[in-house]
Amino acid sequence: MKRVRVIPVLLLSQKGMVKTKAFSKPHYLGDPINAVKIFNEKMTDELVLLDIEATTKGKIEFNWIEDIVSEAFMPIAYGGGISSVEQCLEIFARGVEKVVINTAAVERPDLISEVAERCGSQAVVVSIDAQRNLWKQWKACIRGAHKQSKYSPAELAVACERLGAGEIMLTSVPREGSFSGYDVDLLQSVTSAVGIPVIAHGGAGKIADFVPAVIEGGASAVAAGSMFVFAARGEGMLINYPNQAELKTRFWDVVAK
Amino acid sequence: MIGIIDYGLGNLRSIQNMLRRAGTNAVISSDRDVLAKCERLILPGVGHFRYGMERLRERDLVDFLDQRALEARVPLLGICLGAQLLGRHSEEGDTHGLGWIPMNTVAFDKRRLAQGERVPHMSWTDTICKAHPLFKGIAEPRFYYVHSFHFACDHPDDIICEATHGYRFASGVARNNVMGVQFHPEKSHIFGRQLLRNWIMMNFERR
Repeated sequence: MKRVRVIPVLLLSQKGMVKTKAFSKPHYLGDPINAVKIFNEKMTDELVLLDIEATTKGKIEFNWIEDIVSEAFMPIAYGGGISSVEQCLEIFARGVEKVVINTAAVERPDLISEVAERCGSQAVVVSIDAQRNLWKQWKACIRGAHKQSKYSPAELAVACERLGAGEIMLTSVPREGSFSGYDVDLLQSVTSAVGIPVIAHGGAGKIADFVPAVIEGGASAVAAGSMFVFAARGEGMLINYPNQAELKTRFWDVVAK
Repeated sequence: MIGIIDYGLGNLRSIQNMLRRAGTNAVISSDRDVLAKCERLILPGVGHFRYGMERLRERDLVDFLDQRALEARVPLLGICLGAQLLGRHSEEGDTHGLGWIPMNTVAFDKRRLAQGERVPHMSWTDTICKAHPLFKGIAEPRFYYVHSFHFACDHPDDIICEATHGYRFASGVARNNVMGVQFHPEKSHIFGRQLLRNWIMMNFERR
């Protein structure tokens, strides 16, 4: 059976776990250590942790990251506030497999090649936050989607692949937290431009949403935030993750056809 | 005590955490005196093959490891790049390895991948395991893989498990006291935990 990774994305802020909608209005959910423990028990494929405050604060909470990941026996990627190789090495030393680079991919792209040469491409995920500008063109954004770069998501992805990125996580900013499904055209524009795996993110509300991301969007993995931390749209917090049987019948088998 | 060989590559803390979960303590070290006292050794590693061999040489660990693995016959488990290093040669950086297992490391043949399959192979993958003590008690084994190169063994008898990415490839090897797995048991939930537990319990002929 061909498996496609299903990855919860947890947002961190103020030493807690939060959830946003279209990158705004962070809503406090609880303790990420507990959440990670539950995802571990549910044998989650992989986790992405993003500290949405770290770039603004100019500080990475290394000890806290170590506490969060020490009981997680799955691959973990961490992003937020990363601007130097030394920080990456420190993050890896704390028990994290991959670093997620967003703002630095535009402001200091050499960081990608420096980390890839030192630790391998598989350790470098470039996260591209895509938003439309006034002329409806997709642009890659940085600094928590507060600043638009001059690159289209595909242009930035190609440049990062050339520098040695091992994976791209592509987020549709308008779809984030919307439960309305992935933006398949946006995904397709990036997956057709690069050879490395692309993780779809932004908009997933149900397992059925994963299918077009892979078949039409060309994604190699799917990620979601709200879907795995809320019981349902508009409802309360409930850490959840589909079991193997659900993933097999409603996702992997459908994609394989 | 289990020794995790620190030569500057890979996420050693994760291996130590998983070993603790599997019920044993491990020391992370590059000090030959410390490692010489260990009853078992793990050769981890993530990254470039040539860079890995260079770091082992730089820390003067190659002759030491030869002695531990081949003469003292200490049980040794290679993980990911650490497993590839057990072979003769890799296409990655056209570099010679430790040469303990008659195999080479070769790049994924991209022509043989299906549409949508990419390199690196980065995925949880169902693994077909032979009746080997390393896999005892693991039902429906799946492990986390991330690699662009894979083993190519001279002798099928050295292969203990296989996985498929585009085509079937050897993902685990064993010869006497030396074993290697391409995947990451330390990041593979209960499957990896049981594998490490099995490895800790395995008996080998010692000298």
